[in-house]
Amino acid sequence: MGVFYHIDKSTVLQEARVFNESPIVPRKCRLLLTKIIYLLYLGEPMATNEATELFFSVTKLFQSKDIALRQMVYLVIKELSTIAEDVIMVTSSLMKDMQPKSEVIYRANAIRALCKIIDATMLPSVERFLKAAIVDKTPSISSAAMVSSYHLFPAGKDVIKRWANEVHEAINSKPTSLVGTASSYLSFTSSGSSYNTPSTSNISQYHALGLLYMIRQHDRMAVTKLIQQLAGSSRGTFGSSSGTLRNPFAYCLLIRYAAKTLDEDPNSRQQMFELLEGWLRHKSDIVNFEAAKAICNIKDVTSKELHPAVNVLQLFLSSPKSTLRFAAIRTLNKLAMSHPTAVQPCNFDMENLITDQNRSVATFAITTLLKTGNEASVDRLMKQITGFMSEISDEFKVIVVDAIRSLCLKFPTKQVVMLGFLSGVLRDEGGYEFKRAVVEAIFDLVKFIPESKEAALAHLCEFIEDCEFTKLSVRVLHLLGVEGPKTATPTKFIRYIYNRVILENSIVRAAAVSALAKFGVSAEDSEVRKSIKVLLTRCLDDNDDEVRDRATLYLKLMDDEESAEKYVKDDSTYSLAALERQLVQYVSNQEASEKPFDLSAVPKITKAQAEAENLKSRSFDLVSTQTIGISSSAVASTSAAAIPTSRDATPTPGIDQQVVYAHQLEKIPEIAAFGSLFKSSVKPVELTESETEYVVSCVKHMFDEHIVFQFIVNNTLNDQLLENVTIVMQAESDDGSLVEEFVIPAPNLPYDQPGSIYVAFKRTNPEDYTPCCFSNTLKFLVKDCDPSTGEADGEGYEDEYLVEDIEIVTGDHILPTYINDFQNAWDSMGEEGQVIETFALTAAKSLKDACTTLIDLLGMGPVENSGTPTSPSLHTLMLSGTFLGNIKVLAKSRMTYSPSSGVTMELSVRSSSEEISRQKGSSRYICLFKVSKSGTFAALASVFAKLFTDSRTFVVVQYLCNTIGNETIFNCEGLLNEIKEDQNRIMKFIRICCFGSIFICNALMWTFFTKALNKSSSSLQVTVLNSATNFCMTAVLGNIIFGETLSLQWWFGASLIVIGTLLINKSIHDRKDRMKNKDKRQ
Amino acid sequence: MGGSLSKALAKIFGNKEMRILMLGLDAAGKTSILFIGSMTLESVLAQFFLMFSITILYKLKLNQSVTTIPTVGFNVETVTYKNVKFNVWDVGGQDKIRPLWRHYYTGTQGLIFVIDSQDRDRIDEARQELHRILSDREMRDCLLLVFANKQDLPGAMSPAEVTEKLGLHRMKERSWYVHPSCATTGEGLYEGLNWLNQNTKTK
Repeated sequence: MGVFYHIDKSTVLQEARVFNESPIVPRKCRLLLTKIIYLLYLGEPMATNEATELFFSVTKLFQSKDIALRQMVYLVIKELSTIAEDVIMVTSSLMKDMQPKSEVIYRANAIRALCKIIDATMLPSVERFLKAAIVDKTPSISSAAMVSSYHLFPAGKDVIKRWANEVHEAINSKPTSLVGTASSYLSFTSSGSSYNTPSTSNISQYHALGLLYMIRQHDRMAVTKLIQQLAGSSRGTFGSSSGTLRNPFAYCLLIRYAAKTLDEDPNSRQQMFELLEGWLRHKSDIVNFEAAKAICNIKDVTSKELHPAVNVLQLFLSSPKSTLRFAAIRTLNKLAMSHPTAVQPCNFDMENLITDQNRSVATFAITTLLKTGNEASVDRLMKQITGFMSEISDEFKVIVVDAIRSLCLKFPTKQVVMLGFLSGVLRDEGGYEFKRAVVEAIFDLVKFIPESKEAALAHLCEFIEDCEFTKLSVRVLHLLGVEGPKTATPTKFIRYIYNRVILENSIVRAAAVSALAKFGVSAEDSEVRKSIKVLLTRCLDDNDDEVRDRATLYLKLMDDEESAEKYVKDDSTYSLAALERQLVQYVSNQEASEKPFDLSAVPKITKAQAEAENLKSRSFDLVSTQTIGISSSAVASTSAAAIPTSRDATPTPGIDQQVVYAHQLEKIPEIAAFGSLFKSSVKPVELTESETEYVVSCVKHMFDEHIVFQFIVNNTLNDQLLENVTIVMQAESDDGSLVEEFVIPAPNLPYDQPGSIYVAFKRTNPEDYTPCCFSNTLKFLVKDCDPSTGEADGEGYEDEYLVEDIEIVTGDHILPTYINDFQNAWDSMGEEGQVIETFALTAAKSLKDACTTLIDLLGMGPVENSGTPTSPSLHTLMLSGTFLGNIKVLAKSRMTYSPSSGVTMELSVRSSSEEISRQKGSSRYICLFKVSKSGTFAALASVFAKLFTDSRTFVVVQYLCNTIGNETIFNCEGLLNEIKEDQNRIMKFIRICCFGSIFICNALMWTFFTKALNKSSSSLQVTVLNSATNFCMTAVLGNIIFGETLSLQWWFGASLIVIGTLLINKSIHDRKDRMKNKDKRQ
Repeated sequence: MGGSLSKALAKIFGNKEMRILMLGLDAAGKTSILFIGSMTLESVLAQFFLMFSITILYKLKLNQSVTTIPTVGFNVETVTYKNVKFNVWDVGGQDKIRPLWRHYYTGTQGLIFVIDSQDRDRIDEARQELHRILSDREMRDCLLLVFANKQDLPGAMSPAEVTEKLGLHRMKERSWYVHPSCATTGEGLYEGLNWLNQNTKTK
């Protein structure tokens, strides 16, 4: 260290002149290079010109043949490559060093250094060498080449993609013990010493796998094949080392890829899971662990699948290596959040870990136990926790407190113990984060477990007596103000609160005054009111303005019953996000500032609603308690809350985003003319994969009479500039209900700067809300540009890019609203606008699934917390929404669930407009009806065609004539003769009629067919159904009209067709449902 | 003992080191000169077979001659000739590298400037580059050897013509020498080195 003590950058740079001397003294230069690297390592800033100067001096060292010096030179070049300019100067020298004839030790490092200094444009010129290096026998060279390629990949995708075969070969290559002699016999002659140590770790496989995955990652099929190949080849040979992959890290990587595939592609689930399970029995610990972790992280893992993984982790728990113990307990801890029962078998092992000398392991063990433990073990655990609480750091304390919080809510009967513990730790020393966690845990207790309220509040009172955190004091005081008056003996809290007024700083004093006032307003006892008035009057002498103001206000309010009701008891609040935005707008707008701020424009939300929002974003270990939470808070917020009118009703989810959109749209004069924005789709619909050249997503904006599609296009090619980007939208059903008004193109799209294109449609018939589908094509002018400067050159050329279709569904026209009393609104809506349909959703796995799907599909908001089913088999979902044009819609869906038949639901929709209700229910079935009609007409057409030519027509006509004749023969002899004479004429007439009918029927058939195609999402379904109907109808008509016999085979064949049709139909719906579910999950 | 003896011998026989910078426009043939110059017997043989097979292959397959890869950066080789160790720095001649030549001026005792004798269009450009190099302070005292390379090609300029075109006659204070060469056969290279050797001796 003595050499490196007091190194100064300027002296080192001075000394760097040594490099220019000739001949070179390797020892001296090496030392100096080490100093330079040390300086860089310390983070010494180096100016570009200094670095460049230094770099060029270092390049002089290439004339020395000293091996150790050359190694240092490579290192310094790599370090300087990012700071210095013109680093390409060493390209040629490095390329010479990486040639097969140079020394092995040079080659690997030269490759690494070379890849640091070249860019994508030079990649093709070194391609040949790198490819050769990848398949080199020496692992170090092959590794170096692959790691370098991995780093170069983002820059030179196209070139490196061509190397897939070489990389694949590198994975499969067997390490040979001959390596040492095989590749370096050339260098023996010159140096006499070989630095070649054959590696036994096979780490190059790890590198190769990483690179190969990088190359193929966008091709799901190829990735699956890769995993199968590498896993499959080692399948039969577990335990022996003759599998393709020998490196445990490579296995870990493979497991990660397998888990990712499993996650993304449900079809491969079974297969991938089997692989993961197989790896649980691998001989390497790290592989076992990785596989177990991957299984635990599968999203919808079943307890049966978890079993083997948990077993492996359980073994690790008793391992002597603390890393393994930690890894296992950490994974189990995470798993316990979602699957506590699966972790339960490990309870015994985990209890042993509580006394582990590694505190991190112990903390995880305890928190996991708290999640998995049953009620009986809680007491014992709590005792143990109290024992070591003082030994762990604040972060772990927070983890423990969080675990206890969820435990309280799980076992409400244990609240006394928990509360005792919480108040105990509250008295301990600790930072803000820790105290906050404890206080919040107690808040939850107050909120969800009514029995604990009194005791918890008492503990909180005690806490604020001696609390150093103003923020927490204020929160506690607020809670006391809200909850205190509702308790049996509110008076005992008043003393604590008033103490704050005397002892604390001004912020806490003001909060205390507010809390006091709440007691004053709600207290029934006039004695109490009187004493509170006295206390508030004393506050009037406070030396802080805010405290005095509040005291004065509340004193006044206490006398005035009505305004007290309005300002103190009413706990509805403003939508804070909206309020903030409007205030910002108000402040920034010069004109508006002359008028007072219009508060009534800010949407109000009730307390219950705000809580529902908060709960939604709460961490998910509290999910199970949500139901309790909302029902109790719904009771708390009495109906005093303002019931918003339908227009003011706040669509809470996505409101922020919507206002932002509205703001954007208002800036465009053409769109601003459409009036106010009704609804924007909550999240943009992805129209491309996220990895394509141009990433396109679409947001639908609904106006009263217009629809605006906003396409957000992001150009991900850094060497292209897109100009004049437009979208050509083609409606699939061109029935004229939507007319394109205008397109606002994006003038230019440089690399990685998203731009928006707007396409506006006008609804010709404002009453028509039929769902429709658009196919979209992106059109633009491509110009090549310099990736670094972004300047375009050349003329450019026109190009198109097809993106996925976009659909307008019923849900787009509906705004979710929140109403307080669903039953009332439902009844008042009346029966007249009601439509009831029954559906069987066989694909939905649970009621929760069905609910989310339905909410998504209809775009309505669940009311009265009916969005989360409480019972597994029976549930009523209530939805409310506002349809475009301010029409209120309510939907009620009764669902039953049985594992065999899935979810059956009866959806009844009521609205002020009947048409809408019908539309919601029936749209799916309209198309089926139309298809069968088209099939029937097709059959009729063929019947007529036959009638036209068939000789039997004549027979039929004759028969008809005869019948008529026979009937009339007794009455009128003459008529018969007339008819017989006319027979030929009639024949001709009928034939002409038939001929005409062929065309009419065909025309009708095509009409219905195309309509059905438009309505349906799957053309296959329509076509199959059409031909099936055609087939059956033809046979039936043939039988009836022409008396063609139907053999047994025919019946058999026909029934097969019908069954086939039904199957296809069903599978299409299943797939649709599944896709919806998948969307939801993503 | 052995080390000091060899040092003494080196002094007696004048075993010295010389730092040479080899510059010129791109595709003048600098790297080829260096390549021929630095070959040892074994590498010559190995290279010969390699080149032979590749050349034949190319001729057969593509009906075109082997194209050289332009030097991006520099190569440094040591050539020993008549007890003198020449450290030859061959720096690439492409436009973007020319500004970086200056980094290698320091300590240079001899400049080899290589001219493509067939390339009459760019001889003027070569002249400008040469004068720019020589006007640098660091290059004040160095010898100038000009190789009029590619003499084997038809229509190549003669050494006299090159001298004329480069305006060397006007240089009074500098010792310079123009020698015809052909890098592919190695003709004329050692004569050039010989001149360098002799002229440094006289100094």
